[in-house]
Amino acid sequence: MRKLLDLFLAFAKVGVMTFGGGYAMLPILEREIVENKGWATREELMDYYAVGQCTPGVIAVNTATFVGYRTAGNLGGIAATLGVVFPSLIIICLIAGVLTNFAEIPAVKSAFAGIRVCVCVLIFNAVVKLWKGAVPDKAALLLCLAVFVLSVFLDLSPIVFVVFCAAAGILFTRLGVRGE
Amino acid sequence: MILLQLFWEFFKTGLFAVGGGMATLPFLYDISARTGWYTTAQLADMIAVSESTPGPIGVNMATYVGFTTAGIPGAVIATLGLVTPEILIILIIARVLASFRQNKYVDAAFYGLRPCSVGLIAAAGVLVVKVSLLNLERFGVTGAILDAFNWKAIALAAVLLVFTRLVKQTKKLHPIFFILASAVIGVVFSF
Repeated sequence: MRKLLDLFLAFAKVGVMTFGGGYAMLPILEREIVENKGWATREELMDYYAVGQCTPGVIAVNTATFVGYRTAGNLGGIAATLGVVFPSLIIICLIAGVLTNFAEIPAVKSAFAGIRVCVCVLIFNAVVKLWKGAVPDKAALLLCLAVFVLSVFLDLSPIVFVVFCAAAGILFTRLGVRGE
Repeated sequence: MILLQLFWEFFKTGLFAVGGGMATLPFLYDISARTGWYTTAQLADMIAVSESTPGPIGVNMATYVGFTTAGIPGAVIATLGLVTPEILIILIIARVLASFRQNKYVDAAFYGLRPCSVGLIAAAGVLVVKVSLLNLERFGVTGAILDAFNWKAIALAAVLLVFTRLVKQTKKLHPIFFILASAVIGVVFSF
């Protein structure tokens, strides 16, 4: 029980100190989980990260589940995960509650119109950053462009693309077109 | 009932969104298009808040969408929906970690999934461009091509691109700085 609470609190701390998630979280995890708590080694952490990237979902959550499980079994995994999402729940509910009340003020509307422009640029930058690791060859490029175009013009669920592309990845590898 | 629906929608998102926080974005657009719980413009605002507050972006966005849809219970349920499949998957994989990482089918599937994720996020980005850089409503009324663009917004986007990608002193800055600056510019130039 003590251990579960410990996991919950340690990961709540990681959640509070993370801005942006993903790789932004790595230095904070290293300090809290590797140096302070000794729940994992640096190498293990990198392994969890690698698995987090090749499993669905938010990497921060995957890593928390991993460390929690390794430290205190199934319940540990759950406690660590609840810990990492807990600060988000509190902070976002507070902000969302406040913003809902101010959303109709003209200055707030203007501010968010400006912010939306910034969001475009942030998404563009995220795509450029992901591109380097995700599109290593022509076959992957083809897949990426096909998904982009079809997703813009067709009203299909992203799930369809995900399932299709996993199959295409296996097919391309088998056919040997990968890496060209 | 809406809570059950929220849980299911976010369960699917958690199960199929591959590649970290931003990868949930296309799923959130899909949910908005099918249910009408929130608009594209609202979702863009949620992204900005999620980037500017502590916590993983994917979790923040789920919480925000849940809150917008059904208040605090909605926030809790959406977040739990998102993490449930992840917990299940990791608890299974943790038992077979070494063989999972070396499995050639897993590797091949992810070779296909990574470009898929990039394509989906880019397509979701197009929707944000539509609500922030274009002005299709006015274009529909006047029919003039120049009216289809929101020039003030495009100028700001160009400036932001330069500072986030080219200028060495500023490109490493946290997104929150650019989000706040954009808010101020939005107010000053009444966007």
